[in-house]
Formats: sequence, structure tokens, C-alpha cells
Amino acid sequence: MPQIFHPSMNTISRASIFGAVFILAGVGWLLWLLYRSSYYTQVGVVRPQPVEFSHEHHVGGLGIDCRYCHTSVESSSFAGIPPTQICMQCHSQIWADSPKLEAVRASFRTGQSIPWTRVHDLPDYVYFDHSIHISKGVGCIACHGRVDNMPLMWRVETLHMQWCVDCHRDPAPHLRPRDMVFSMSDWPEPTPTVASSAKIANGKLDLVKIRNIASGTNCSVCHR
Amino acid sequence: MAISVKPIAEPPAAAELHGSPGSPVLAPGHTFTSVTDQISAIVLTRGTTRGWWVGFGISLFFVNVLMVCVTYLIATGIGIWGNNIPVGWGLDILNFVWWIGIGHAGTLISAVLLLFNQSWRTSINRFAEAMTLFAVACAGLYPLLHLGRIWVFYWLLPYPNTMGLWPQFRSALVWDVFAVSTYLTVSLLFWYVGLIPDLATLRDRTQSRVGRVVYGILAMGWRGSARHWLRFDAAYLLLAGIAAPLVVSVHTVVGFDFATSIVPGWHNTIFPPYFVAGAIYSGFAMVLTLAIPLRAAYGLQDFITERHLENMAKVMLATGLMVAYGYVMEVFFGWYSANTFEQYVVENRAIGPYAPAYWALILCNVLVPQLLWIRRIRINPISLWVIAIVANIGMWLERFVIIVTSLHRDYLPSSWAMYYPTVWDWGTFVGSLGLFFFLLFLFIRFLPMISIFEMRELVHRTEEEHDG
Amino acid sequence: MSCPNKSPTLVQLAGAPRELPQFWRSLEELAGDPDFAARLAQEFPRHASVWDESVADRRRFLQLMGASLALAGAQGCSSPPPEAIMPYVRQPEGMTPGVPLHFATAMPRSDGAIGVVATSHMGRPTKVEGNSLHPASLGATDAMAQASVLTLYDPDRSQTVARLGVIATWGDLLGAIRGALASAPKGTGVHILSPPSTSPTLARQRAALIAKYPQAKWHSYEPAGRDAARSAAIAALGEDVQPVYRFEAADVVLAIDADFLCAGGGAVRYAHDFMSRRGVESEGAPNRLYAIESAYTPTGAAADHRLRLRPSGMEAFARSLASRIGVPGVDEATPTDGAYAKWLSAVASDLQAHRGRSIVVPGSHLPASVQSLVHAINDALGNVGQTVTFIAPPAGETVDGASALRELTDALNADAVNLLLILDANPVYDAPVALQFGTALRQARLAVHYGLYQDETAELCPWHIPATHYLESWSDARAYDGTAAIVQPLIAPLYEGKTVHEVLSALIDPAPMSSYDLVRATWQEAFGDDFDMRWHAALRDGVIADSQPATITPTLQPSAASGLAPSEADANSDTFELILAPDPSIGDGRCANNGWLQELPKPLTKLTWENAVLMAPADAQRLGIETDDVVRLECNGQSVTAPACIMPGHAEGCVTCYLGYGRTRAGRIGTGLGFNAYMFRPANGGYVARGAKIAKTGKRSELARTQKHHEFEGRNIIHQATVAQFAADPQSVLPAAAHHPLPSLLPDVPYDGFAWGMAIDLSKCMGCNACVIACQAENNIPIVGKEQVVLSREMHWLRLDLYYAGRPEDPEAIHQPMLCQHCEKAPCEVVCPVAATTHSDEGLNEMTYNRCIGTRYCSNNCPYKVRRFNFLQYTDEETPVLKLLRNPEVTVRSRGVMEKCTYCVQRINHARIDAKKSAVESGAPPVIADGSLETACQQACPSEAIVFGDVNDPKSRVAKLKADPRNYGVLSELGTQPRTSYLVRLRNPNPALG
Repeated sequence: MPQIFHPSMNTISRASIFGAVFILAGVGWLLWLLYRSSYYTQVGVVRPQPVEFSHEHHVGGLGIDCRYCHTSVESSSFAGIPPTQICMQCHSQIWADSPKLEAVRASFRTGQSIPWTRVHDLPDYVYFDHSIHISKGVGCIACHGRVDNMPLMWRVETLHMQWCVDCHRDPAPHLRPRDMVFSMSDWPEPTPTVASSAKIANGKLDLVKIRNIASGTNCSVCHR
Repeated sequence: MAISVKPIAEPPAAAELHGSPGSPVLAPGHTFTSVTDQISAIVLTRGTTRGWWVGFGISLFFVNVLMVCVTYLIATGIGIWGNNIPVGWGLDILNFVWWIGIGHAGTLISAVLLLFNQSWRTSINRFAEAMTLFAVACAGLYPLLHLGRIWVFYWLLPYPNTMGLWPQFRSALVWDVFAVSTYLTVSLLFWYVGLIPDLATLRDRTQSRVGRVVYGILAMGWRGSARHWLRFDAAYLLLAGIAAPLVVSVHTVVGFDFATSIVPGWHNTIFPPYFVAGAIYSGFAMVLTLAIPLRAAYGLQDFITERHLENMAKVMLATGLMVAYGYVMEVFFGWYSANTFEQYVVENRAIGPYAPAYWALILCNVLVPQLLWIRRIRINPISLWVIAIVANIGMWLERFVIIVTSLHRDYLPSSWAMYYPTVWDWGTFVGSLGLFFFLLFLFIRFLPMISIFEMRELVHRTEEEHDG
Repeated sequence: MSCPNKSPTLVQLAGAPRELPQFWRSLEELAGDPDFAARLAQEFPRHASVWDESVADRRRFLQLMGASLALAGAQGCSSPPPEAIMPYVRQPEGMTPGVPLHFATAMPRSDGAIGVVATSHMGRPTKVEGNSLHPASLGATDAMAQASVLTLYDPDRSQTVARLGVIATWGDLLGAIRGALASAPKGTGVHILSPPSTSPTLARQRAALIAKYPQAKWHSYEPAGRDAARSAAIAALGEDVQPVYRFEAADVVLAIDADFLCAGGGAVRYAHDFMSRRGVESEGAPNRLYAIESAYTPTGAAADHRLRLRPSGMEAFARSLASRIGVPGVDEATPTDGAYAKWLSAVASDLQAHRGRSIVVPGSHLPASVQSLVHAINDALGNVGQTVTFIAPPAGETVDGASALRELTDALNADAVNLLLILDANPVYDAPVALQFGTALRQARLAVHYGLYQDETAELCPWHIPATHYLESWSDARAYDGTAAIVQPLIAPLYEGKTVHEVLSALIDPAPMSSYDLVRATWQEAFGDDFDMRWHAALRDGVIADSQPATITPTLQPSAASGLAPSEADANSDTFELILAPDPSIGDGRCANNGWLQELPKPLTKLTWENAVLMAPADAQRLGIETDDVVRLECNGQSVTAPACIMPGHAEGCVTCYLGYGRTRAGRIGTGLGFNAYMFRPANGGYVARGAKIAKTGKRSELARTQKHHEFEGRNIIHQATVAQFAADPQSVLPAAAHHPLPSLLPDVPYDGFAWGMAIDLSKCMGCNACVIACQAENNIPIVGKEQVVLSREMHWLRLDLYYAGRPEDPEAIHQPMLCQHCEKAPCEVVCPVAATTHSDEGLNEMTYNRCIGTRYCSNNCPYKVRRFNFLQYTDEETPVLKLLRNPEVTVRSRGVMEKCTYCVQRINHARIDAKKSAVESGAPPVIADGSLETACQQACPSEAIVFGDVNDPKSRVAKLKADPRNYGVLSELGTQPRTSYLVRLRNPNPALG
């Protein structure tokens, strides 16, 4: 009776049996990567904007305070996207006829909003509140990164739930004294401003104790 | 060659086996060749009968019914079914439990009876295992389909995710995921390993080139050498050892789905054992339901003898009695607990709106099986077949009673309501039956439904007996 | 479910008949015109929020796509698409993005406005709450007020001026009207039909109109109005006055077929005052309520003694009572059986024992004879001036609506009407059939209909003007006690609606004024010099300070009680008296297109989506009728076939049909539900028809009831006791077991910080349903439609369970608000395979929708069955205007997920965040003042039966209630340790009747 299979089949079959295991593992690993890749998380991906607004220039260069434009960041869940009015407060004088700013002027004339593209976008079932994070001393930089180095905005963090929860479990590393919350620079510690009343934990200001921070990890803190 | 490696049939065992009364497990006068010819012929030479085509066609049709139901379900939502509040689970979980139960005989017959050295199992274990696989496959559908959002079913699995979340391991449903998937894997392996020598036989006997290649690949280069047999027996025994506890564990866990809840009528310590007994009962019922027609259709009376039928009938009788005991205990607990809610459940089952289902179940699972005390009924294929069918219906009703009557009137009378399955519920059910038979027909057409090599061992043993 | 005004293609979709009335033909002609078609398309969104098969078919394709993608796992493999974000160009003053604003306004009603505070999210009103400064509200609301936001965003509202159903312009209309007026300089043949209104501005405009057109006729008419009450007042007291009751001061109250707790302009306030004398937190001695009524009402359920009586028996009772009390010139009616007599004498003596501290309340629909007897009784008891005061009717000089309508009809038939202006009324639907108003209406030379919907009347009027919703309007309105409030808009009109003031101004003023100016003008003289200050105060407070009219002390006419012919009861025993009552949910039919109200279970039948023939168990048994049997109801030559519904406690010999159903042009929700009971109205405008015949048809039709079992089977669900028993031994009101908490195998979790809990006082709950709709509005709860309710899949997070105790002919009804109990040992949590429902460290049982995969195991394992599952895509995510309604603080759930009461966790989170922010400097633990955080149901509850708060704070109301010996947990023997507990219902029966 003629042979059906070439002797090499022995090798092939063995290889395929073990190979299957690795292939499955490989697929899993690729998916794992995909969900954490910048393709999916948009980390480091510059979002084009209708107006080429540069945080680098306004924050880094001119040193304008975050709250000048993001007015409601201390009082509302929503930090606030500046109304055209705020742009025009300066740009009715400065660069009043720069072609780059035509979209802004148009908006002011026509009353049509400027359609900015969202960079930090959470799912609708996530309820994030800026004001409480600010008042507890979480610096802008903790989530938004060094915007003073960003010509156009991009994400520096994945905004994965895992990432939120990590900080909620151990907020200490991201807490700053009140006067450093809006600062883009690292803060020297312990700063005299709070040192007096400060409780010191392993040589660092224990702001968690100072501010009595109980950052919950209950589901309803963010989902409701 | 088979003699050299025969692992199980020790002479004393064989003696005791054949000393016992009752017809032999293999008709006398069979030789190695005749056994091999007769069984492999079904697959290789006899060709496809019209009966097969008809059966296959019908089951294929119902597979399509299943497809339609599932598509509409996923497109529209659970609302197409009759489920509601308070009856959150209806035919979906009912059929899951029913199928899982049926999927018990296979492994029991193959593994447990193998370990207990019951060589009468050899002629029925193959398709009993196949049946198990297909039943578990059907069962596996329902836990997925019953999800409101099936597209996130993978949240049931523990895997590293960006949410930093795990499944909730206190929930019996998570235990189910593991129990069922383990059971499916092990029984698949067990079945396949058992097939290897026969696949080799088919490879060597088939005339078509395609057949040779396919069977060849599946046979994984089996040559029947002593080393092969040694490894094979070791592997087969090991798998049997692994599979045996699963027979108990799977349906125990399914029992936990109910027992760990606080729903009156579910919250009951007897559930796990009583579910296992019920599973074996329904499993054997299903084996008989299939074995008897097959045996007639393919003239296998020599291999599946009255002895087999009788033994299976005995198992049914025994497990049936355990189930009956379970029913009695439920009623007893209801009364003895002095718990209003439990008492009401018992009362509601007996005289409530679903009472007919309850009494039908008592008839099917308690009264009818008693006929099996009579030997003439045990060895008569027709009567046995009818009883087996009745048992299957009975077990289905049992799950209906457990799930629906417990839920539809639980604690607050204000939320009491009725549950009526819709056409889509029934469609999904008959669809799953279709899937089951679809796979079964493929199996009997392309694989030896009786283990050839184990039958050869039997031949040898019967010869031994004649010589001695 | 065909919606009248849709483009022809949609009409076909909805399966409308081929031969369409003239109205449609014109539409079809126009449909050729593309931009008209476009306009229609954008105006009439394609979706009913009610689930129906046609919707399923239209959705199937998209869902298949979605599902297949999902199955392919593709949903995870692409990043979410970038979203645009649109900032203001010029940000409005005083508004912070993301922070809701609140404005005080008032919801006008013909029987008295209720003051509300409306919440506005970025300019969208999403919720109304009661205004604690407003006398008719005191911070609470009723179901109708809560549901009014849905009407604002109703996609079926009429949106443009229409001529013959075709879009026209305001200009065209003015032309037509001015033309008609020009032909009648003195206003001859100018008729205006409107419901009585409490708006001073409207009154001013009405006067101005009559002044300008002396011949013009103003007919005020209201389907379920106060005609009888008015004529009774005139007969008994000599002038048209309206009573105002002070229930907080009454020890004994007798309600004669009066549902004063839930019906009428003062109901919310009355419920508050009455219930302030009951329950754990009651001030003063518990009051006692006697109720005699035909159909079971919430007031009857709250009563300590209830006597069921057919309508024709009411007068006999009042007469006998009057004579017992000692009203001169009244002789006792023929005495009846013992129980009745005993009841009568007990009530009489109890009332006399509390002279000046009792109230007898008549139903405003009762015959004038009964009501004037009641005036006499109150007078004889010295209640007038004490617990009963009188004011001039807030709705100005009310008139007899029935005769007003008759005059108009006669004028129409006499072809004497040049211009008919129908303001916000729907006589074609609700006028007595005998009047043939519809046919008469065609006689009008020019008929203009003004209303929120293009309803039955609009169909027969060549012209239609869309009305503005009160949340879009400037107006003013008086409350039940005459206190005035300014109605201010929360949002610019969504469509081309006009306020009634603007419409009238177009007739009166040479240069039409805006309603804002009109309203200011009204109050100009009232406020005088410091107008601006008082105007702003009025807008801020939602009440106009000291605008309450002086109380009048009328003198009882000697003829009050005498000289009234006693009405005879039906001798014929196999005919019935047919009671026509406004529907408890949708009222007189005006709210028929409001899905929330349609799906709201009616207080004592739990019936939704339709009306039925309500009858007494005994009568039903006699006729072999069961609930869901379709019966043929025949009366006044009219007949209808409708399902019967057996109402325990309904009086024998009479049946009740609720009005407001059988609408033919209500909109896609309300059209074609139930039957129109107005057809049985006697031409004299009364609300009881005699000689009704009922016959079984043999057909059955399942009513959509949310509850079908009303016995609590002796389970630990409801506990009742009497005041006396409680006084004797407080512990005795509960079974001994209830006082000893069960040991638990599960570890005890310490709750430091906040521990939220709720206590519900069953003595105060009357089942008015305000909490149910408040919850629905707050939490974006969808409606599911009749078919789904029949399958018991309603979605209400908070339901009112109704239990009957005692004999079915004469049972006690007990309402129990049932919502998530937030068990500390929650059975639902352990069974969820994905931890979608978990426990917070403040004791909340949390439900995370976006984690739920929909196994429904949690619901199976919930002993209280308070979890709700989205079996289908119930939330309408496709109708654009409905998106404006959603509360942005609460996730909108989609198909396949479980949901349930969260104790309004969004409110808790806001309160906690604010508390933390204010405590951050001190580093002290956050503090939330008791009462500053209320759940939606608690805030809406008129009787303050629901109390929510921090049980860890011993000074909190909820902690005090939970410490009371009356406090118990439902099914607590299961060891669930519910955070929601109930307080035993205490009744105060009269020992003489004991």
C-alpha cells in the first residue's frame, strides 16, 4: 500500500500541535497590545483643530493661567471651553487681522461656535468632575501632561479605567499644594506654605491626610 | 496484538462478568474481522442510505430555524422571548440545564464504567460520548444567548483588561463558565483519543484518497505498535480519571446556580446531588433514545445486545429513584422548614397555575420508570424506547417546574406574574434539537459509532470464554 | 398608532386608510413640493417612544449591522470617533457650563396653579420640583406637574400655524381674523371659548376685549369643571365663592365622594396639611377621616372609615347627616339598614364632638343639592371661618360651563358666529354628545383653534394656532387659595407657538404686544412705584407677596338646605348608575399624549394605558363577569364595548368609567387608547348617568395592569395597627421577631462616614403617584408601551404596591412605595458574574449599567423584584427632541442591561462633592446638612411620607424614624438588612364603629 504521507509529516504534525498553543497565545498578546496602543488610546496623537491654537505659546510662552480660558474648572464638573468672546478679548487688539484667526473672528461675527475637536473624551457613562480634583490638589499636569509643550493638543494618558482607578487607590503621588495645582512645573517639597501644618509622611508632605482625601473606588463615584 | 496490551479485562473480571446471568455483551461467533468489517462498513462501504438523507435534511432545516431565531434575538433583544420580571429565566436556562444533563451519560459510560471495569460499556461508549459532546455544545449556546448583551460575554472570563476588573468569583454563573468549558474540553479529548485507533483502521480500509488523507491526519500516524498501545492506554486511563469527577462536578455547579440563590424552591441543599442523579437519568434516557433506532437501522443487534439495553434500563431505574427521592425531599423540606415561602412554593407547584406541568413531571419521572422493574419491559426495545422518550420529556418538565414555578410567585405577591414562552423560545429550542441531530447524523456517517478496537478486545474475551 | 400629521409616506407606514378626508388630500397635493416634504420630515420625527412591531422592523437592519459588528469583536478594535465640542460664542451671564440653573415659575391650571422650580441644564428644562414658597406646593408636586416636562418635548405638539392642516403663517392668520373683525365692528358674532383661567392678565385682556367688542361673547367651559360647586355656593351662600380648607386644623374630616388628597388645584397642599396630623412626625393628635364614595379613591384608602355608596345615595346621606347635625329645615331621609345607620350616627356624633375643628368636604362634581347641604352642615358645625374659609374664585367669575357651551352651540346652529376662537379647549372631543358640537362647529364662518396639539377640535377648525407650553410662556396664575405667581419661560418656544396673551393681544391691541410686556402691564398698578423690586422678587420667589385675596364670610341662605327635591335612587336593580370621573392619571384627556402618565398605574386598579368599566365584585359576580372580560356598556342611547375591571370596594349598583380616553387625534401615544366615556355625559353636563346596562360579550382583552395580586398572604410586608393600640404598647404593633435583628453569617461591614438610608411612613402614603413620575423624570426611565406592560416588563424604579385587606366587597387598601431596598446584605450582588452591581462604602447598592451583561440573575435573586431589565431598546434614542428631555446627570440605558433605583446617586455625588470642596481647607470630614439632600421621590411627595438621609447622623430625620418602634424592614427575616425601612400604618378608627 502506497504511503499517503511523506515522512516529513511527523515533524509537521508535532510542530502544528505545539504551534497551536503559541499561535493562540500570540493572538491574545496582539489584542492586549492593540487595546493599549496609541491607535486605540490616541495617546500622543495630535488632533487637528479648526483653529491652530497653541497651548505651547499661550501657556508656555505667555504664561496665561489655565483658568483664564477654562473658567469653570474650579466650580463645575466641566472645565469649560473658552467662548469666542474670551479669544477676542485679546485678539481684537493683538493679531487682530492675522489670517490664522479668521475662523475666530468669523465665529464672533456670525455667532457660530468654533467646532473644536475633543482631545480628552470620556464615554458618556463616565462622570468626571474637574472641580473636586482641582480642589483636592490634583494638578492639571497629572492628566493633561505638559500642555505648555503642546503646539496642538494630544492625550498623554490612556484614560483607561485602570488608569483612573490606580490614582484613586493611591492619589498621593499626584497631589500638589494649592498654589502648584495649575503650574506646569514640578513642585519642590516640602513647600513652606503648607509645611507648618503639614503632616510629613516618609519625608513628603502627606497631602492625603492634610486634605482628608478619601478618593472612593465605589462604582458610583464615576458611573451612575 | 491487542492481547499484549489489554489493560483492563483481567480474567477474573471477565469471568465474573460472564458468569452473571443475562445475554452476552457480544453475540457469539464474531471474529476480529467480522467485527471490524461490520462496523467500518457503515462508514466506508455501505454508502449513504435514503433514511440518512431524510434525517439529515430535517435536522439541517431546524439548524436554519436556530440561525433565524438567534439572528433575530441578537438584533432585537431578549424581549422577543417570554421572559419578564419576575421570571428572568425561562426556556433559555431551562434548555441549558436540560442539555447539560443529557450530556452526562457519555462521560459516565466511558470514564466511570471504564474505571469500574464494566466492559459491557464498550459498544455504546463511542456514540454516548459523541452525544455528550453535541449535547454540551447545544447547552453551551444558551448561557451565551440568554445574555442581554451577548457581545460582551467575554467579561465572564478572567483576562487582563484595561478596566482593571475581574469577574465576580462569588457568582455561580462564573463557576458555570469554568465547569462547562472544562467539561467540553475534556470530553472532546477523551472522545478523540478513543477514536484514534479506529481512525487508523478507517484510514487503512478506505478506498478513497481523500478519505485516506483525512482519516490519516486525524489518526495522527497511529500504527498500532506496542509503544503506541502503551501510551494510548496510559492516556486513555488518565483522561478517564480526569473525566470521572467532572461527571459529578458539572451538574453540581449547575445545581449551585439555583441552590446558592435565595429564591424559594431554589434555595435547597439537595440540589447538587439531585441534579447529578437527574442528569445521569436523562443522559441514559437519551442514549437509549438514540441507541435503539440506530441498532435497528444499522443491524447492530449483535453489538448492542439486550444486555446493554437492560443495564442501561437498570441505571435509569436507579437514578430515576434518586430523582424521585429528590422530589419527595423538596416537599418534605417545604413542610419541615416551616417557612411560609417554601411552603407556598410546594403548594403552588401542586395546585398553582402550572400544576399540570408538575403532575406531568411526576408521571414521567416517578411513575413511568417504575415499569423498569419488569424485565420483559427492560429488554423490549420498543417499550424501553418509549420510556426513554418519556423520561426525556419528564426531565425537561422538571427544569420548567424548578425555574418557572419558583420565580413566577416568589416573595412579594405584588410582582407575581405568569410566564408564557413565545414562538421564538420554542424556535430556539427545536433549533438546538436540530443542531444536536445534525451533528449526530454527521457523526454516524463519517465515524465508527462503535469502538472497533474495544469490540475486538471483547471478541478475544468471548473466545477465551469458549476455550476455557 | 397613526399620528395624524405625518407626511403621506409615513401615513402609509402607519397603515392609514386609503381614502383620506379632505384634510389629507391637501397634504398629499403638497407633498410633491420638496422643501415642504423636507420640512415635514424634520418636523415630525419618525419615532414613537412606544415600542411596536413596525418600529422593530425599521430598526432591524441597523441592529443587525450593530450586532454583527459586535459579534465580530470589531466594536473594541477601533478607537471612538473624535467628537466636536461647541463652546458658546458669548457665554450667558451667571451661567457656569455643566452647572444646572433653577427658576421659579408656576404651572397654570383652571382649578389653581401650582408653583414649581424648574431645573435647566444648559438651557434645557429637564425637571420640575415644587416651590417651597408657593402655598399650593410647599415644595411638593403631583404626578401631572412632574410629567409636564415630557409634554414640553412631545414630538407630536403642533408646531406651526396651520390652515386646513397645511402650514400657514401667523400673518395670514391675522389677516383672516382682522377681516372677520372688520365685518363686525361691535363684535357681533364674535365668540371665544376657553376654559376658566386663573390668569389676571388673561382676565384683564378679556375685559379689554369685551370693552372693545361689546357684542362679543366669552364662554368659559371645562369638561370636568366646578359648575355644580358654583351653583351650590350661589344657592347656599348667596354668592359665587370658593372654599379653602385648613386640614391641619381639623380633627375630624368627612369626605363625601371627594378625593381631596389627590384631585383639584389644592390637592398637594391639602395632602400635606392633612397628613401633617398623621404618622411618626405628626404634630398634634391624629386626625380621623371618614370617606363615603362610590369608586375607591386614594382619599378612601387613607380613610379610617370608608362607606361605599352609589351616587344617588349621596344626597340621602348628606340630608340625614344634616338633620342629625341640626341643620334647620332638613328632615332625615328614609332610614336604611343597620350598618349604614350606625355609621351615620357615629359620624354625626364625632363631627358634633369636634365643632369648629372638623371639615365636611363635598366632591365638586356632586349635585348642587348635596353641596349646598354640606355648606349648611359646615356652617352648623361652626367650621366656617375656622377650618373652612371662603374666597372669591381664583378663576374669576366662574360660569356654568354646560350652559355656556349650550349657548355657543345654539349660536353656531343659528349661523350667528362670524369668528369663533377656541382657546385651549377641545369640545369636539369632550362635549356631551347630545350637543352635536362637531356638526355645529362647521357653521362658524371663521373658526380658529388654539392649542398644544392639533386635536379633534383643530381638525374641524380651518385655522390652528400652536400654543406654547407653560415652560415657554410668560404669564401669571393664581393658586387654589388665590395667591398669584408669575409664569416665566425656561426656554424660548421650541416651535412657532404663541401664548394665549399674544393671541388675544392681536385682537385687542392696535400694536400686538409681547406676553412679557402684557404680564408686566398687568402688575404695573398692583406693584406701584417699587415695581422693579417687587417684580424681581416675584420672579425670584415664584410667588407674588401678599397677593392672596381677602377671605369672605358669606351668610348661609335660609333656603340652603330646604326646598331641594330629594333625588330618587334607581329602583331598577339590573341597570347601573354610570359614574364619569376624570382619569386619575391623564385627567380630562388633555394629557392623553403623555407617555409617562399613560403608563402610570392608576392608584386603585394599577391599570395603565386605557380605561375600563370599573365595577363592584358583587355586581361582577352576579353578571358572571371577570376582570378582562369585554362587556357591552349601554347608556343614554350610546354604547361601547370595553374590558371590565373589578375594583374591590366599589359601590354596588354603579360602575365607573374614567374620562380622557378614546382620543382620536391625541398624537402617536394617546390616539386610540381606551374608549371615550364623555359620550355618556348627560346633556345637562352632569357626571352621573342613569340606567346603564352591562352585558358580557364573551370576548376577553387583557388589561395592562402592573399588579395582579393584591393580598399580602400574611407575609412580613405590611403591618397595620390602631393609634390606640400603639399608645397602649408601642412594641405590640410589630411581631416580636421584628424587634430582634437576625444574626448573619456574612461579616458586618462598618459604615463610617455617610450611611444613606430611607424610611417610608405608610401612615402618610396615600398612593398619589407623584413619586413614581418624579423618579421617572429624574432618572431617564423609559416607557415601554401597553404590550410590554401586559408582559409585566414596566420599567418604573419606584412602584406603588397596592394591597387589599378584608372582604373584597369592602376592603381596606394599603399603598406601599416599593423601590430598591439597598440591602446591606444584598442578594443581587453575590450572584452577578461581572460585579455590575456592588456595594458602596456608604451602603448604596450600586448598579453599573455599562458593566452589566444582562444575565438577569440579580433580578431573580431580588426578593423585592425592584430590578428592571431593558428587554428591548425601550429608550427612544432616535427622536431628536426627546434628547433634550434627558437628565445629563444620569446614564441613558440601552437594551440588554439591568437598572434600578440608585437613591438618586447623582444627587448624592453632587452633595458630597460640594461638601468635600467646602471642607477641603479645614481637612475636616465633609458635612451634608440633613434635608439639604433629597431624592426625587422624597422631594415630590406631598405628604412627606418618604424621608431620606444619613442614618449615621443621630439627629437626622431618617435616623429618628428608624429608631421608632414602628420601624420595620420588609421581608427582613431573609437577613437582607434593607436600608429602606417602613413605618407601621397607624389607623385611628372610631371606637363606636370598632
